[in-house]
Amino acid sequence: MTSLPASTDKKLGLVIDLDTCVGCHACVTACKGWNTQNYGAPLSDIDPYGAAEGTFLNRIHAFQVEPDQGLAQTIHFPKSCLHCDDAPCVTVCPTGASYKRVEDGIVLVNEDACMGCGLCAWACPYGAREIDQAAGVMKKCTLCVDRIYNENLPEEDREPACVRTCPAGARHFGDLADPESAVSRLVATRDGVDLMPEQGTRPVNKYLPPRVKDSLQAPEMEGAEDILAPFLAPVAEEPKGFLKWLDTALEKL
Amino acid sequence: MTQPEIDLHPRPGDAIRKTTCYMCACRCGIDVHVKNGKVAYIEGNRDHPVNQGVLCAKGSAGIMQHNAPSRLRAPMKRVGPRGSGEFEEISWDEAYDIAASWLTPIRETDPSKLAFFTGRDQSQSFTSWWAQAFGTPNYAAHGGFCSVNMAAGGIYTMGGAFWEFGQPDWDRTKLFILFGVAEDHDSNPIKMGIGKIKANGARVVGVNPIRSGYNAVADDWFGITPGTDGLLILSLVHCLMKAGKIDLEYLRDFTDAPVLIDAREGPGQGLPLKDDDGHALVWCRREQRPRCFDAEDVDPDLNGAWLDGDVTHRTVFHAMAQKYLDPAYAPETVAEATGIPAPRIRALAAEIARVAFDEEIVLDREWTDFRGRKHTTMKGRPVSFHAMRGISAHANGFQTCRALHMLQILIGSVETPGGFRFKPPYPKPATAHPKPHCKVTPGAPLDGPHLGFVHGPEDLALKDDGSPARIDKAFTWENPMSAHGMMHMVISNAHAGDPYKIDTLFLYMANMAWNSSMNTSGTMKMLSDKDANGDYVIPHIIYSDAYSSEMVAYADLILPDTTYLERHDCISLLDRPICEAEAAADAIRWPVVEPDRDVRGFQTALIQLGAKLGLPGFVKDDGSAKFTDYADYMVSHERRPGVGPLMGWRGNGDETGRGAPNPNQLDRYIENGGFAISHIPDEAQFYKPWNMGYQNWAVGLGLYDKPAPYIFTLWSEPLRKFQIAAEGHGPRQPPDHLRDRIKATFDPLPIWWDATETHGQGGYDITALTQRPMAMYHSWGTQNAWLRQIHGENPLYLPTEIWTEHLFEEGDWAQVTSPHGEITVPVAHMPALNANTVWTWNAIGKRKGAWALQDDAPEVTKGFLLNHLIHELLPPKGDGLRWSNSDPITGQAAWFDLKVKIRKTAAPADGTTKPDLGHQTSPVGHGPAVLKWEVT
Repeated sequence: MTSLPASTDKKLGLVIDLDTCVGCHACVTACKGWNTQNYGAPLSDIDPYGAAEGTFLNRIHAFQVEPDQGLAQTIHFPKSCLHCDDAPCVTVCPTGASYKRVEDGIVLVNEDACMGCGLCAWACPYGAREIDQAAGVMKKCTLCVDRIYNENLPEEDREPACVRTCPAGARHFGDLADPESAVSRLVATRDGVDLMPEQGTRPVNKYLPPRVKDSLQAPEMEGAEDILAPFLAPVAEEPKGFLKWLDTALEKL
Repeated sequence: MTQPEIDLHPRPGDAIRKTTCYMCACRCGIDVHVKNGKVAYIEGNRDHPVNQGVLCAKGSAGIMQHNAPSRLRAPMKRVGPRGSGEFEEISWDEAYDIAASWLTPIRETDPSKLAFFTGRDQSQSFTSWWAQAFGTPNYAAHGGFCSVNMAAGGIYTMGGAFWEFGQPDWDRTKLFILFGVAEDHDSNPIKMGIGKIKANGARVVGVNPIRSGYNAVADDWFGITPGTDGLLILSLVHCLMKAGKIDLEYLRDFTDAPVLIDAREGPGQGLPLKDDDGHALVWCRREQRPRCFDAEDVDPDLNGAWLDGDVTHRTVFHAMAQKYLDPAYAPETVAEATGIPAPRIRALAAEIARVAFDEEIVLDREWTDFRGRKHTTMKGRPVSFHAMRGISAHANGFQTCRALHMLQILIGSVETPGGFRFKPPYPKPATAHPKPHCKVTPGAPLDGPHLGFVHGPEDLALKDDGSPARIDKAFTWENPMSAHGMMHMVISNAHAGDPYKIDTLFLYMANMAWNSSMNTSGTMKMLSDKDANGDYVIPHIIYSDAYSSEMVAYADLILPDTTYLERHDCISLLDRPICEAEAAADAIRWPVVEPDRDVRGFQTALIQLGAKLGLPGFVKDDGSAKFTDYADYMVSHERRPGVGPLMGWRGNGDETGRGAPNPNQLDRYIENGGFAISHIPDEAQFYKPWNMGYQNWAVGLGLYDKPAPYIFTLWSEPLRKFQIAAEGHGPRQPPDHLRDRIKATFDPLPIWWDATETHGQGGYDITALTQRPMAMYHSWGTQNAWLRQIHGENPLYLPTEIWTEHLFEEGDWAQVTSPHGEITVPVAHMPALNANTVWTWNAIGKRKGAWALQDDAPEVTKGFLLNHLIHELLPPKGDGLRWSNSDPITGQAAWFDLKVKIRKTAAPADGTTKPDLGHQTSPVGHGPAVLKWEVT
């Protein structure tokens, strides 16, 4: 069993905007690229040109949502380690390989100490850990710990690869322990939520819910009471009347 | 416990080399981190105008494309039968000898025996120049089966279209309406733009049968019935006109809405009236007489009428009112066909009206228009649109694209703040583009550029006897305004010898034996078909590609291309540059790593082959090669004096646009991150077609040689000219069987008709579509070990209505039939889908043996192509004629008019989709069993 720190100085994490994520998978391959080349063993792919089973630290899921009223929706849902404050993957680890960093709260796997038993993956309620079949060690999101402090990168690039690459700007990185940080303010203004709070894991990462959809339904548009109706009040019903209106309108120009 | 020490400061590589991505056609800037001469990591270039640092899934997976086992390794000649994939590697010298042995004789006798077509080509100004020098009329790129309707519809109507022609004013728009768009185009800019406008609180509306991707994040989704976009748009036009929510000032000053149309019976009826100098006439309100539209003090009257003898000439706008105020376009009338309830159509129209007129934007910027009038402000209507193949790949697509542009123009949102903005070299009206050329002279170049814009029957590419001059029948009566050619008809026509037989088919980067053809299995048969003598019906096939695609197996000679990181390219103002609305920009690719195989960039191979054939422009007077390679061409070629493929650092290095060739130009591009940029002055950034500030800036840069302002043409003169011919006027007459179709479809104002009618007969009443996922580009993604794990299978997605009607359950299979073919495929349920539409991802299915995949790859077993259900010809009508499955105006391949029937079926015993088109031998073997791609 491994213990969690009583508290961490910072809570670095991601804020992911489900209103803006178009499901493009840019974060998936940027992550795969950086983390194949950097922290720990490369993310391998078994039978890469056949049935293909590879290790990914970040995956996008797509869900169909059918609200009680209104049109069906598609929601894209990026998922990676949420760097929980009460991370069950850490406490379950028999070797101390899984740990949560005191300075920033990032949950990491010390691959030298990992024996690949997989208990942590079972303990994680989010399915955010994957065993690398070639290396036999557990892999998970490192929050690009080797980018965010990296003095060999320009300062503006010291953020996770997934955040740097996200074309829609749906991924944000920062300190969620600091209520004044940009990410904390974003969570506050957009009513950010925890993923599966009932699990009691206290995830650091937050999700911003999609905005209300399909408000241009206007089933009551027939009547003048609709707020948009005045915008379509006819100037005339027939072409002849329309052209008369046109003459008057042109006079006024 | 103590935490382990970890390396927080790894170096991604020992050098960063900045070049241009080619994982799709979007041309983003990339930083390639190189370690010990190998590619270690790729990320977006923050300084680049296109992607500003971000990079999509494809771009970020570029390393896996660069190292793909499917890469071709050396020139090859075929040793087995066509389609078998059996090849022998040869030297480049032998490859050129073989090519020259076929091409030299036909150039000397009849250059049209060569058909040279390029697929995902970004060097068309070069490849077309080569084909012109060879002398064949048979050249085009892939626009005809991609999105020519969008390009031509836009250029004919307003001198530009979407994507590389222009973009929404992302910073200022408040309502963004997106019609059917392939999700990989325009990859990063659209995602960045959507992110930006959402952050600004603007509304995003998606009009698309499928709610995935961009439509998934749309605030409002209109799940339209495919092929009815034009009808919906014309209904919006109806609502807006009826409510007077149109920009009369804009229409009066910048469009042909006030132009008078000839009302006299005869060969001029329906054409714009013009003065002796060819200037369109408007009715001047103040002087109450017809005057030139561009006179300084003219006051055009949208409702003007000129009583001329016994007829009254009325305006374009008058005709629009007569047409679009008709109840045929009322929301209630179109609701059933479009699948959108009338109240929602009204709600959308009202929202357009509200944002356009209640949220008007005014910028305090002075500018002067082409009439010499000074303006103190720039007024904008912040409604923007974008559309691509979803609305264009229908037989009614050209008119639908025109309808969309008419809607934009009606509300004054083109080239105004918050609306849609052109990117240089656009605006550029159809009249400023070349016309098609087709005059063949043995042993000599063609008489001019192949492709262009026709303006009437006199511009068609016909031989003296009236038969088609081109193998694809572009610019003929069957599809007169086929501005991008018709690549999808080349193999079918060459096989049929209709209009004539060819000798050599030369293709670049076009997977015509698979996902890039309609009627895939038929195309494979045509490519390998033999005549009575046992000779191939298409005698010779040369193919160039970087990868072992399905098409490779059908070629006799393979010229292996490099990967995008090993090559020179120019993304040029001469064809498809990387400009933004606020700047002209172009870019290069350069070899950031050297190839480890015996391969050459295709353009370099073409230069070397051109020199060997002695083509004019490719050899010096003494017969020696003029260019060593493509890089040399990029720097030293001049299309006009002082204007070459690249605009940056010309002359002595400080000239932009115009200037003598600079031998150090490529070094300067590399130092600058692979691109050059030239900003448009503030006062020239809007109203570009009419803004003298922009016009003069464009002349300075070399985009054109004198200012060329113009007005938008809601009334299409070329369309009307073809109608007039069909009515029996003029020396060039259409064949009788096409007269009625031309009269009906070539309306000078945008119209809509049901283009799926022919396909739907016999109970085929479900529309079947494909779309390209954001993480794949055509068939290329499959050879990419990372991308294929994202999209390795493609079930057919069914809406709830069809899913429940047929009692489908998870894991089921369906048999899908069209009038042309049958496929057996796995299905999946998708509620967020138009109720009568099924769809799948494009080009995931692969032929066994291609792309260096293993035989059990899911793309081979579970993947499939819808292409088997789509024919390049319409179902026979019993008249013995071959009617192409294309837009009758432009020839655009009507991929999305497909209609099918569906029934539940047992999963095939072998668990593999049907049809199974057999195996091809892989000329490059298969990929490794494990990848651990750490570069050290």
